[in-house]
Amino acid sequence: MHPKRKQRLIIALCIVAFSSTAIGLVSYALRGNINLFYPPADVAAGKAPTDRAIRVGGMVVEGSIKRSETDLTTMFLVTDYDGVVEVSYTGILPDLFAEGEGVVASGSLDSNGRFMATEVLAKHDENYMPPEVADALKKSQGYQNSK
Amino acid sequence: MIVELGHFSTVLALICSAMLSIIPLIGAQTNNVHLMAIAKSAARAQFLLVFLGFLALTWAFVTNDFSLTYVASNSNSSLPMGFRISAVWGAHEGSLLLWVLILSIWMAAFTCSNNDMPPQFKARVLAILGIISFGFLIFMLFTSNPFLRSLPSPANGLDLNPLLQDLGLIIHPPLLYAGYVGFSVPFALAVAALLGDGVNPEWARWTRPWVLVAWSFLTIGISLGSWWAYYELGWGGWWFWDPVENASFMPWLLGTALVHSLAASEKRNIFKSWTILLAIATFGLSLIGTFLVRSGILTSVHAFATDPTRGVFILAFLTIVIGGALAVFAAKKPQSDPLASDSLAARETFLLTNSIVLSVATATVLLGTLYPLLIDALGLGKMSVGAPYFNSVFIPLMVPLLMLIGFGQTAHWRRDSFRRLFSIAKYPAACATTLAIGAWAMLEGTGAIQAALGLLMAFWVIVTTLKNLYLQLSNATKISPVRRALLGQSVAHIGFAVTVIGVTLVSIYSVEKHVRMSPGESVEFSNYQATFDSINKITGPNYSGVEATFNVAQDEKVIAVLFPQKRNYNAGSQTMTEAGISAGITKDIYIALGEKIDTEDWGVRLNIKPFVRWIWFGAFLMAAGGMIAASDLRFKRLNKNRRPSA
Repeated sequence: MHPKRKQRLIIALCIVAFSSTAIGLVSYALRGNINLFYPPADVAAGKAPTDRAIRVGGMVVEGSIKRSETDLTTMFLVTDYDGVVEVSYTGILPDLFAEGEGVVASGSLDSNGRFMATEVLAKHDENYMPPEVADALKKSQGYQNSK
Repeated sequence: MIVELGHFSTVLALICSAMLSIIPLIGAQTNNVHLMAIAKSAARAQFLLVFLGFLALTWAFVTNDFSLTYVASNSNSSLPMGFRISAVWGAHEGSLLLWVLILSIWMAAFTCSNNDMPPQFKARVLAILGIISFGFLIFMLFTSNPFLRSLPSPANGLDLNPLLQDLGLIIHPPLLYAGYVGFSVPFALAVAALLGDGVNPEWARWTRPWVLVAWSFLTIGISLGSWWAYYELGWGGWWFWDPVENASFMPWLLGTALVHSLAASEKRNIFKSWTILLAIATFGLSLIGTFLVRSGILTSVHAFATDPTRGVFILAFLTIVIGGALAVFAAKKPQSDPLASDSLAARETFLLTNSIVLSVATATVLLGTLYPLLIDALGLGKMSVGAPYFNSVFIPLMVPLLMLIGFGQTAHWRRDSFRRLFSIAKYPAACATTLAIGAWAMLEGTGAIQAALGLLMAFWVIVTTLKNLYLQLSNATKISPVRRALLGQSVAHIGFAVTVIGVTLVSIYSVEKHVRMSPGESVEFSNYQATFDSINKITGPNYSGVEATFNVAQDEKVIAVLFPQKRNYNAGSQTMTEAGISAGITKDIYIALGEKIDTEDWGVRLNIKPFVRWIWFGAFLMAAGGMIAASDLRFKRLNKNRRPSA
């Protein structure tokens, strides 16, 4: 083969090999690291999977925050006004976490339908609502009626 | 009155930019010197007018003019003066004004430089920058005008978001924007080259310093953002793969590819189409970043208040600017150039690989960032792509990059042999391996192998860079001294390695512990003992709160005393965490208060962050390297042999 052409062939092969590696990595990582969002109504209706990490979000129900006496475990209810999920989280909650405010938690459901959160995100200033929560509330019948 | 003058001046700037977008282009097409000459004055006038507008808005903040809606929502009479000034760019409207101001500064800087560019070319570059300013000025004045009044004016303002009341935020946005917006200059240079004389080594020589300076600013801006998030958010994280962080990181990655591809275009007159595409894509990604941040369509720490019209506008603007540039590219594509090196071991190959790796890496980040939008648009549900995705894809892709830096730097242009490259790399490789094995012996835990591999890569880059520098210095003579470009390149590569060391060690060896404690209690974490000494009330200019005192001891000896705070800002009654940090070269000790749980107990977050400072120090070195390279004298050289026009 002509040396120039051989050189080009080698480069092309390297590009193909490198891109396939990248595509392989991407598809592998996308399978494992996607967290689907479920509104509380879906979770309460049993539509959410229990075997994988998901995210749940809505408003923290007034008067529902219960703290443990001994450690950093906090239990609270999250609602979209159509359904309610009980969330349990052990650790430090964000500054803007409060009753009646929007929240998004990631974690997984246990067999009792309780959401064991590994991370809790609250909105980051007083005007901001996480887009998923805003969207879930917009679709919620209960929230529209309560307004 | 001053505010109205500022508003008026911004409107005049819009008119200026409209003239700048059209007249010089006509002049360049018809070879009319007078029409082309307008570009320079229009660009300078636009800069002056935008600057006046900016000053007027700053004045409104300084004098607490709450009749301006923007001031009323982002400032307060008790806000300290420094933060009142930085509040100018603390929210959407003002930060857009800063965007336009920085664009105007870049334009004005361009009018002052490189006098050997032909006038047509200069006029076209300025006209393209004018089109971009026109778009952003329209956007600001019609959808996000910071100068609007609402009467009667409120007695006091709502206050600046407390997260932004911080030194990091005074300097982070201007530097980040300087980088982001700075890539508009290479973009304009690329499109102007397509419209005019085409792409040649001379064009690459003109373009390189602009790319290097913008890239350096972006590097500093991103690392300041990371540093700010680290100490201000109170989570101890330094990078979250948040969509907005990605939005600034993608132009950085492609900008890095552009720096390298331009080197080949200048030295060997190759990769021309590719370089042009990179210049267009880098700025395109800056615009996409702006779109993602401003439209609020993604869940992000940074998302500004949502307003669909803003998103639609930026999307339309993006389509026009980037679509237009690509159309010009398609019509006037530079002659395709085969990889014109005589052997595979030449430097060209390494630079090509650099481009491939960085572009693929950018594509994976872009995919992860946009995937949730795509799925949502297809109605398949709401989801997010977490940090694990980015870590497991991005980090492996960086390995070949680090390996090839070592060879690429020493490789000759055109022709080289792998045998020569390996023989030069032999001792550095042995040296890096020895160092990494030594480090491995000192490391412990399950991540020791990964950590040692990360360090091996970093040491390899540092040793080969130093060896290459040494070889070049010993070959240098009076007639051909070592160029600043080489010096800058070496500093930047070492900086990259330093960042890699920091990222590797902090990712693997960080310790985090959430505990519940009350004053007087102690807790063991890692090899340290942290004692919650006391908690006291504090009062600041616009907040009140508590400050805790923590003693951190190692082997019974107190090594650090930390004062984490919990602040409550008066105006918005918003709570903020100020972490207590003891910074060190090999580790940071980081303590943040959670919330008060009952009468005595607090949630406390304890962190050890080994080598975290190296991440930012490395970034600083990279930026410094970029600046040193940009100051290379050959970029200032006037080329007298060039014909005045083509």
